[in-house]
Amino acid sequence: MSSLTVTGLTKAFGATPVLRGVDLHVPTGTLTALLGPSGCGKTTLLRLVAGFDDPDSGTVAVGDRVVAGGPGRGVPARRRGIGFVPQEGGLFPHLTVAGNIGFGLPRHERRDGGRIRSLLEIVGLDAALAARSPHQLSGGQQQRVALARALAPAPSLVLLDEPFSSLDAALREETRAAVATALDATGATAVLVTHDQAEALSMADQVAVLREGRLVQLTDPQTLYRSPQDLDVATFVGEAVVLTADLRAGTAHCALGPVPVDGAPADGPARVLLRPEQLRLSAPGPVPGELLALVGAVDFYGHDARVGLTLPDGTAVTARLDGADLPAAGAQVAVTVRGSALAFPTSVGTGQPTSVPA
Amino acid sequence: MTLALAVAVAALALLPLGYIAWYCVDLGWAGIRELVLRPRVGELLWNTVRLVAGTVLVCAVLGLGAAWLVERTSVPGRRVWHVLLVAPLAVPAFVNSYAWVSLLPGLDTYAGALLVVSLSYFPFVYLPLAAAFRGLDPALEETARGLGLSTWSVFLRVQLPQLRVALLGGSLLVALHLLAEFGALQMLRYPTFTTAIYDQYRATFNGPGATMLAGVLVVLCLVLLLAEIRLRGHRGYARAGRGAPRPVRPVRLGRLTPPALGGLAVLVGLSLVVPLGSLGYWVARGAGAALDGAALLTTTGTTLALAAVAAALTTAMALPTGWLAVRARGRVSTLLERSTYVGSSVPGIVVGLALVTLSIRATPWLYQTVPVLLVAYAILFLPRAIVTVRSAVEQSPALYDDVAASLGASAPARLRRVTLPLLAPGIGAGAALVFLAVVTELTATLLLAPTGTTTLATAFWSASSALDYGAAAPYAVVMVLLSAPATVLLSRDARRGLTP
Repeated sequence: MSSLTVTGLTKAFGATPVLRGVDLHVPTGTLTALLGPSGCGKTTLLRLVAGFDDPDSGTVAVGDRVVAGGPGRGVPARRRGIGFVPQEGGLFPHLTVAGNIGFGLPRHERRDGGRIRSLLEIVGLDAALAARSPHQLSGGQQQRVALARALAPAPSLVLLDEPFSSLDAALREETRAAVATALDATGATAVLVTHDQAEALSMADQVAVLREGRLVQLTDPQTLYRSPQDLDVATFVGEAVVLTADLRAGTAHCALGPVPVDGAPADGPARVLLRPEQLRLSAPGPVPGELLALVGAVDFYGHDARVGLTLPDGTAVTARLDGADLPAAGAQVAVTVRGSALAFPTSVGTGQPTSVPA
Repeated sequence: MTLALAVAVAALALLPLGYIAWYCVDLGWAGIRELVLRPRVGELLWNTVRLVAGTVLVCAVLGLGAAWLVERTSVPGRRVWHVLLVAPLAVPAFVNSYAWVSLLPGLDTYAGALLVVSLSYFPFVYLPLAAAFRGLDPALEETARGLGLSTWSVFLRVQLPQLRVALLGGSLLVALHLLAEFGALQMLRYPTFTTAIYDQYRATFNGPGATMLAGVLVVLCLVLLLAEIRLRGHRGYARAGRGAPRPVRPVRLGRLTPPALGGLAVLVGLSLVVPLGSLGYWVARGAGAALDGAALLTTTGTTLALAAVAAALTTAMALPTGWLAVRARGRVSTLLERSTYVGSSVPGIVVGLALVTLSIRATPWLYQTVPVLLVAYAILFLPRAIVTVRSAVEQSPALYDDVAASLGASAPARLRRVTLPLLAPGIGAGAALVFLAVVTELTATLLLAPTGTTTLATAFWSASSALDYGAAAPYAVVMVLLSAPATVLLSRDARRGLTP
């Protein structure tokens, strides 16, 4: 297993730039999620790393070995030792499961049933599946076989291109867990491309957010969620309550009343970010200065619920509550804020946060 | 590398066309005028045009009527009728012609020619129309009925406009085939360009006269091909892709059922029962006397061997073009693909003539050898192989190649372990189509086969030309038997045309 280092990578298709100088470091044995909306260049980045395409400039290094952009021609895909798991598995339809898994093994090892069995075991599949054809497997099983196939030649790095996007919700969870276990068990360095922020946050050791061909933020999931680089990233990685506020001495005065702000932002107008789960609702009581809101739509998900609220000044916000004790639509509730807000300059969108992230 | 191969294949396919063009330039305008603007050419043009027009009209009416009855009405035994209406394709046109003329020698008139070739070619219109009828959305007809239209008005105002592309496509296919038809018309002694070219070639070997006639014929073909390519460019709503969302309620024929059945029976009787019956009759008559079993066996062996080699060669040639058409979409690959279609639209007689002359002039050591004959087959039947190879490549996306590379497989290993196994079924189907086409190829074989090499078609031809109908029949029977599988393929994939 090796680390992956990408520096200054650019790529354009015709006149359309897709990657505009991406730097990325994936430490040995960790899983990095490449997160971004469709069309942000994440799949292109993956293909450049795998060696299916050549970058216009910049370098790709696996461990200490420069495989693209170094002096001379790039190392061809087949000599990079990088495993690849495509979107829908991409199992060879003319080979059995065993044939697929053994594809990258040296000839004498292909017939070794024990080797195939242990690989099936790593991805949590029954050894009896070895003789099946790909079309006899479920989508999740196909993905796992594809992972086993990629892991078989003991690659220095595994790339996964949106491997769970074609699976339905229940299967996705189960497959995700199996893949995470298998990657852990083999100690593989992995890069996972996804547009699903829950997947990125739950699986990855670090998340790289890509936007319009640039790397916007590279950090661990918790920091990303709590201290996003800007409001765009904030709304992309999770639901957000964004309010205009007036900052005075570390407190934001906004539609939710005074809310403490992280860090030491300058005084003046700003936009503040809260997460819906930071809002707490309670029955209105005889407490002075209480903030009352009108309950709008209640979307019940079972384990939790999303509640739409209208604040006294007409601002609409969303709260996320656990599913046990929900207000009725049309009720009056008292709103309190738990924790602190994150402040951003008022210039909309891509500005830097005024607070220093912890 | 692949590109270079595809360019070479396209260049080869355009060889006959290029030869004709070069000859015209070489001859100069005065020479062309002298040879083309004469009453004989006008006579041939008139013969050809009126036969093509008449046949297209008859085929369109027969095909449309039969497709409507089979696909949209309550006529009994619709599946059986469908197979019986496609089956005439298993009888090569020149065999059909022989079958009729050996029974009714008086058929050597315009009407006779019209009857015989229409019976041979109407399935070319029937097949796409049947597929188009199947693809029509019944909701449209029901809406029209709801608006108070009669069955006849529904057909005229709702169905026919949607069938236009299929009808025109089938008609163009009939016209192109008819322009290239030689055997059937020669047998009926109906003079058109192909028969005139052959007679000239026989008389003067390689007069400029034959080449100029070929030039006029090629121009006619190119006009039709251009029309076909344009038509396929926007075949839009007539595509039978989606299939009907629910079963169509067939039109109740009621008291009209017996006449409808009678009509279908007459059509199948004339197009299938008469030729097969005639073949049976001549086999029975000739059985006692002249059936030379050994000769039949040798000829069959020669034909099968030629067809097998031609199929392998043509399919191999189709691979680069079919590959590029999918993997490197763009102007160049489209141009290369179209070149092979244009090259193949040249009638067999012209391909034969061009290759005879070219091989005598440029490569005398190749004249009258098997390689030249194989090249002719490849030029004529490349599109059949390209169409199937192309759809096979579409079934195996580049992703598999990438995955195999990431697993450490080298380019040759990827070809052997992934690409070829995935393409094998398509390659096989393409090879089978070429194989079956070669088995019944007559015209180019007549001109190019080495002395002493006889195929089923040429053996049949020399016997029937000598009016030895009994001796000819067994060869025809073998050809029909060998063609039957192709008919099955065609009745399944109804939308196959000259260009995909």
